Amino acid sequence: MKPGTRLKSAVCDTEVMVIRGGEGTVECGGAAMTEDGAKTGEPAADHQNGTLIGKRYVDGGGTVELLCVKAGKGSLALDGTPMATKDSKPLPASD
Amino acid sequence: MNIALFLEMAAEAAPDRIALVCDGRSFSYAQLLAGARGAATMIAQSHAEHVALLDEASEAAVFALFGAALAGVPYVPLNYRLADADLAALLQRITPCLLVGDVARARSLHDDERNMLIARERFTGQAKEAPAIEESDAGLGTAVQLFTSGTTGMPKAAILRHTNLTSYVIGTVDFGSAPEGSAGLVTVPPYHIAGIAALLTSIYSQRKIILLPAFTPEAWLDLVADQRVTNAFVVPTMLARIVDVMDKGHRPDMSSLKAISYGGGKMPLELISLALDLFPETGFTNAYGLTETSSTVALLSPEDHRAAKASNDPMVHARLASVGIPLPTIELEIRDEDGKLLGRDAVGEIYVRGEQVSGEYKEKSALTADGWFPTRDAGYLDRDGYLFLSGRADDVIVRGGENLSPGEIEDVLLTHPAVTDACATGIPSHEWGETVGVALVLSDGNKAPEQQEIQQLVRDRLRSSRVPEQILFVESLPYNEMGKLLRREVKTWFKR
Repeated sequence: MKPGTRLKSAVCDTEVMVIRGGEGTVECGGAAMTEDGAKTGEPAADHQNGTLIGKRYVDGGGTVELLCVKAGKGSLALDGTPMATKDSKPLPASD
Repeated sequence: MNIALFLEMAAEAAPDRIALVCDGRSFSYAQLLAGARGAATMIAQSHAEHVALLDEASEAAVFALFGAALAGVPYVPLNYRLADADLAALLQRITPCLLVGDVARARSLHDDERNMLIARERFTGQAKEAPAIEESDAGLGTAVQLFTSGTTGMPKAAILRHTNLTSYVIGTVDFGSAPEGSAGLVTVPPYHIAGIAALLTSIYSQRKIILLPAFTPEAWLDLVADQRVTNAFVVPTMLARIVDVMDKGHRPDMSSLKAISYGGGKMPLELISLALDLFPETGFTNAYGLTETSSTVALLSPEDHRAAKASNDPMVHARLASVGIPLPTIELEIRDEDGKLLGRDAVGEIYVRGEQVSGEYKEKSALTADGWFPTRDAGYLDRDGYLFLSGRADDVIVRGGENLSPGEIEDVLLTHPAVTDACATGIPSHEWGETVGVALVLSDGNKAPEQQEIQQLVRDRLRSSRVPEQILFVESLPYNEMGKLLRREVKTWFKR
C-alpha cells in the first residue's frame, strides 16, 4: 500500500489514511480493508476494540503507519497481528 | 492526503464546536466545512486555474483555502500591501483566476475577462448557499502558492503541495489535542505562511481560531482579555508594540494567555527578555521556518527560554537568541559555500530536508539532487545542537576568508546601554575583501558614544576580526512590513 491511500473497512465505519506504506494487508474487524469500502458484514467478535478518529496506528515492526480519519467498531490489524496506537511527544504550538 | 481532510475530520469529531471567531461572527467546524464545500463547487464551475484572495483575514480565507483544496485548484493569497504595479504583475501571472476580495482594485490593475472577481460577502454568502461539491478527484497537487516577499528581484511563486502541508501538520500536532476552551489569536495576514499554518494546525488540533484582521497593540491586548485567548503568534515588531503599550499602562487581564509563539524576523534579545518579565506565566516559543518549508523547522521551547534567561552559563544564556532545536521530523545541516558539511559553531548556509520541505517554485525546484533545500539563511549549531541564525547567506560578512555572522556582532552592540537597534554589514575593503560596518540607533536622549568605546565593546566580547571599522549613528533602521531588516539598504550607507 502507498502513502496517501485511503482505506475503508468492509465491516464498520472505520476509514484510515496510509501515512507510511509497506507490505501486507491492513484489516479492520477481521476483514481486509479496501479502497472502495464495499461492506461484507459485521466485525468479527474478537476484533471489536474500535478505532478512534485522529489516532495513528502502527504495526509491531514500525513499518506501516495509519491515520484514522473516521472512527468505527472494528480493530485494526496487519496480516492478522493487532496494530497499536502510536504515542507522540507533543511539541509546543508554533503557529 | 488532501489538506481538506483536516477540516472534514474536525467536523466529523466535533461538528458544533466553535472553530472560528472574526469580528464578532462565529463559525462551527460543520459551518466551515459547508462553506468550503460550497466554495469548491463555485471554484470548479468557474474553471479558474488559481483561487486568489486579495483581502484581510476573515472566514472567506478559510472557505477559499479548503474550497480550493477540495476543487483541486491552487490557493494564492496575495499581499494587499504591495504597490499597484507589483500587484498587477502578480495578477497577470495567475490569470485565469477566481479572485475573492477587493474587486475594484483587482479590476483596475488587471482587467481580464477570463478572471472572475467576487467581493468577500458575496463569496461567503454564495458559498454557504451553494451545493456541496460532488465527489471530485481533488488530487494531491499544489495546495497553496505563495509569492515570496522578494527583497531582491521578482517575487518567486513558492509551491506547497498537499503532501508538504499535511506532513507538517501531522508531524507536529496531534489531532484534537487542544484542551477544551483553548483559543488561538491569529494576527499574521493570510498571505503569510504562518497565517496558513495557523489555520491548518488550529483546525487539526481543534483550537478555536480568533482572527484579528488589522493589528493594533491595543486591539490585540483587548481581544486576548475579551476572548480568553490561550495561544498567540506574533512577529517581533508586533511584540515590541504590545510591550510598549503595556509599558504605558494599558494592561487588561492576560491571565488566560498560556503560550506566545513568535517568528518571521529577528527577535531582539532585550525585547524577549522584557516580554518574559511582563508575561511571567506565559510560555514563549520561538519558531523558525520559511515559506518553502511549510512553516516551522526548528523551535526554542518555553522551558529553553526560561532556562536560558535564568542561567549564569554564558553558552546557555545565549540561547535566548537561538531558534532552538530542529524538529524531529526533518534533517538540518550547516554547509559551506561548496556544499561541504560544517561542524559545530561554524557559520554556513542552513540546509533542510524532509516531507514538509517543498523547496519548489513554479519556475523550478531549488532542491539538490538528494532532496536538500538550501535555505539561503546563514547560521550555526552550538555544542548541544541549538540553531542560531546569522542573517541571509548573502549577508554573511566574509573578512579575509573568515565568515562573520552579523547577528553575533549585533547582539554584542545591543548590550551597550545607549544602543536600541543595530545592523552589521559587510563593506568592501581592499585589504580584507570585506570589513565590518555597523549602523546604530540610539535610545532617546543618549549622546553618541565614542567610536573607540564601541570598538572596545566588540573586542572584549568577540574576536578582533569582528571589530567594526566604520560606525554610523542613524535615526532608524529600515524594515519590511514583516519586521525583516533590509540589510542591503543599510549596506549602501557606508563609505566605499
